[in-house]
Formats: sequence, C-alpha cells, structure tokens
Amino acid sequence: MSQETFTFELVSPERLLASGQAESVVVPGADGDFMVFSNHAPVVSTLRPGVIDVVFPEQKSARYFVKAGLVEVNGSRCTVLAQDAEDVKDLDSDRITEEISQAERLLANAGDDHDARALAERTISQLKSLV
Amino acid sequence: MATLKELRNRIASVTATRKITKAMQMVAAAKLRRAQEAADAARPYAERMDAVLANVAQGFVDQGATAPLLAGTGKQDTHLLVVMTAERGLCGGFNSSIAKLARVDAQALLQDGKTVKIVCVGSKGVDNLRRDLGDKIIDKVDLRGIRRLSITDAESISDKVVAMFDAGEFDLATIYFSEFKSVINQVPTALQLIPPKLPDVVEGDAKDDGTTAAYDYEPDDEAILDYLLSRNLSTQIFRGLLENAASEQGARMTAMDNATRNAGEMIDKLTIAYNRQRQANITKELIEIISGAEAL
Repeated sequence: MSQETFTFELVSPERLLASGQAESVVVPGADGDFMVFSNHAPVVSTLRPGVIDVVFPEQKSARYFVKAGLVEVNGSRCTVLAQDAEDVKDLDSDRITEEISQAERLLANAGDDHDARALAERTISQLKSLV
Repeated sequence: MATLKELRNRIASVTATRKITKAMQMVAAAKLRRAQEAADAARPYAERMDAVLANVAQGFVDQGATAPLLAGTGKQDTHLLVVMTAERGLCGGFNSSIAKLARVDAQALLQDGKTVKIVCVGSKGVDNLRRDLGDKIIDKVDLRGIRRLSITDAESISDKVVAMFDAGEFDLATIYFSEFKSVINQVPTALQLIPPKLPDVVEGDAKDDGTTAAYDYEPDDEAILDYLLSRNLSTQIFRGLLENAASEQGARMTAMDNATRNAGEMIDKLTIAYNRQRQANITKELIEIISGAEAL
C-alpha cells in the first residue's frame, strides 16, 4: 500500500533546494531528531546541525546537511527554512574537511560560551559522520 | 567653426566612448540576468519566512508582545537609516535617487527633533550623503570585494544592527534600497525593520491547511520568536541587497543604452559638420583658383 504523502519544502536564503511530495522526513530538531509523516501535529522547531533525511514516493530519497534553521510542520506540509543547507551528494571529502576546520575555528573562538561550544562540537561530529 | 582636424579628433573620441558604453551595457545586461536569478532564488525563503513569522508573531502580538525586536523600544527618538547603494557609479539616477529618499526622510526627522544615525552600505551612499548629513553617518559597510552576494554578507550587516539595537543606540531602523520592478523601472523604497511591519496573516491559510495555527514550539515559543526575528532581519537585508544589485544593473543598462544612442547621434552630427566643412574648404579653394585665373 502506498503511503500518504505531504508537501515537503527545503529552502535556504539563496535558493529552493527541494520541493515536492514526500512520505517521511527526519528532522534534526533542537530538542532531538524527529520524524514527520503525513498528518503530523503542527509544530515549529529550530534545528541543530545535522542531516535531514527525506523519503520521496517510489523509494526515492535524499539527504541534506543543515547547520541551523527552522522547521514548520502542519498536517499537510513540512517547510524547512535552513540557514545553510547542502545536498549530501554535493559534499565531497574536501568540502567536509573544510567545513570541519571552519567549525573547529568556531570552537576555538567559543571560549566559555557553552552554547557555542556545544553547537560547534555537534557540527563537527555530524560532519565527521558523513565522511 | 572648428577646423577639420579638430572635428576628426572629436569623431574619433566619441566613437571610442560609444564603444565603451556599448560594452558596459552588455556587461550590465549579463550581470542583470545573474542578479535577477539570485533575487528569484531568494524569494521562496523570504515568502515562507514571512508566512511563519506572521503566524508565530500574531500570537505574541495578541498576548501583548514584549520582545523589543518585535515591539520596538517604545520610544521613537533615535532613528537608524541603513542606506544601501551601489559601489560604482555610471548607473543613471540609481544611487542618487536612493540617497535622495533617505536625505528627505532624514531631514524631515531632524525637523521633528529626532536623532538620526546613518549606516551606509556601499560607498556611493557615503559620497551622496556626505555633504548634507556627513556628521550623521556613523558607519559604512564596504561591499566592494564581494563578487557574489551571499547571506553571510547580509548577516554581518544585521549582526551590526542588532548589536547597536541591544546597546540601545537607536529605537527604529529603516532600510533604504531600490526595488527592482523592471529594467527601466526601479523604485527607491524605505522599509522599516525594527519594529517590523508584520505581514498580515493570510486569511485563506488556515482553510487550505485544514488546521488552525495551533503550533507546538520546540524548544519554546520565545526561542523560536527570537530566532525568527533575527533571521527575518537578515533575510530582509539580504532581499534589499539582491534587489539593489538587480536594480543597479538594470539602471546601468538603461543609462548605458542612452549613452550609446546619444554618442551615435553625436557622431552623426559631427560627421555632417565635418563633411560640410570639407566641402566648404574645397569650394573656397576652387573660388581662389578661379578668381586667380580670371585675374590673369
């Protein structure tokens, strides 16, 4: 039986990355990853660095790396406003290394700021998991 | 009347100028296409952001909002004008029309006894405003080295604005930029950012979703609102920058098209003057020869 779908949109300030029907989406919410199916309860959440996993109909799927952003979910629609999003397919190892070193610089500059440290550390660990 | 040699030189120089303006027009046309694409690509984000913000903020306004970025400081004494212009000239009235709008507003505010502070984005704004309002310019942002505008550029500006706001340096912030309507029409626009003019909640929205906007907020509604407001700021500034970039190229294209046409007309006129002069010289020499022959 084919699953019910909902409209999924991923936009970054510079462009529209994905738009279409999806069966499920895993979103790295600020309070933990969560999965969205059709008819999900309305929620607005900020994102932490991580990977958005989208399953489209007919077994197609896509993964996007986001650094920060916001997701708005209501019954028939899931909109991700990402601050910085990239298709995982487009991230080669050079890019990832570059991003990691950038995050490490942030970590070094973070000093006593716990939130900034945690953010940078999570960015690094998420990036490393992609390699 | 100019001599033949002078005319020849002028024709040569106007022809050279026409080549340059023609080339500039074509470069502007190519850049315009890219700038328009960038502006189009950025539109979905701004639209979604508006929609979410309208939904979320509405609830807060109804409750009597307290977030300063949303409600303002409650005072209206100090105004911050962020004037966004280009880094280059030779684009018709583009820079001066933005500066003019800002200048008129600033002078009206000063008349009312308000304090005005100006941040210039792009060096042409500084050049235009320095004479009348030079002492009001507190900061300038240089975009010269940037080949392709990215959200990071807008973020650095909005970070600056928010830092100033948090330090209590102003009560209201407005950005000035040129809205791109078409290649021949760019409208200088003022947009108030702090406190923001909230987009209206779209009436039909609740209906076609089948749900009313009773959202759960994670981590909590205040964090979401904070995030949204600061993002909204940089998104609006980014939009202003992109619109400006497209407008600048459009204005330059039109200006250079005019310049090319004017140069063409000038060349035609000079060529006629040159030919007349040449003919007159020949006639004069003939008369001299004939009258010399008759005298014999």
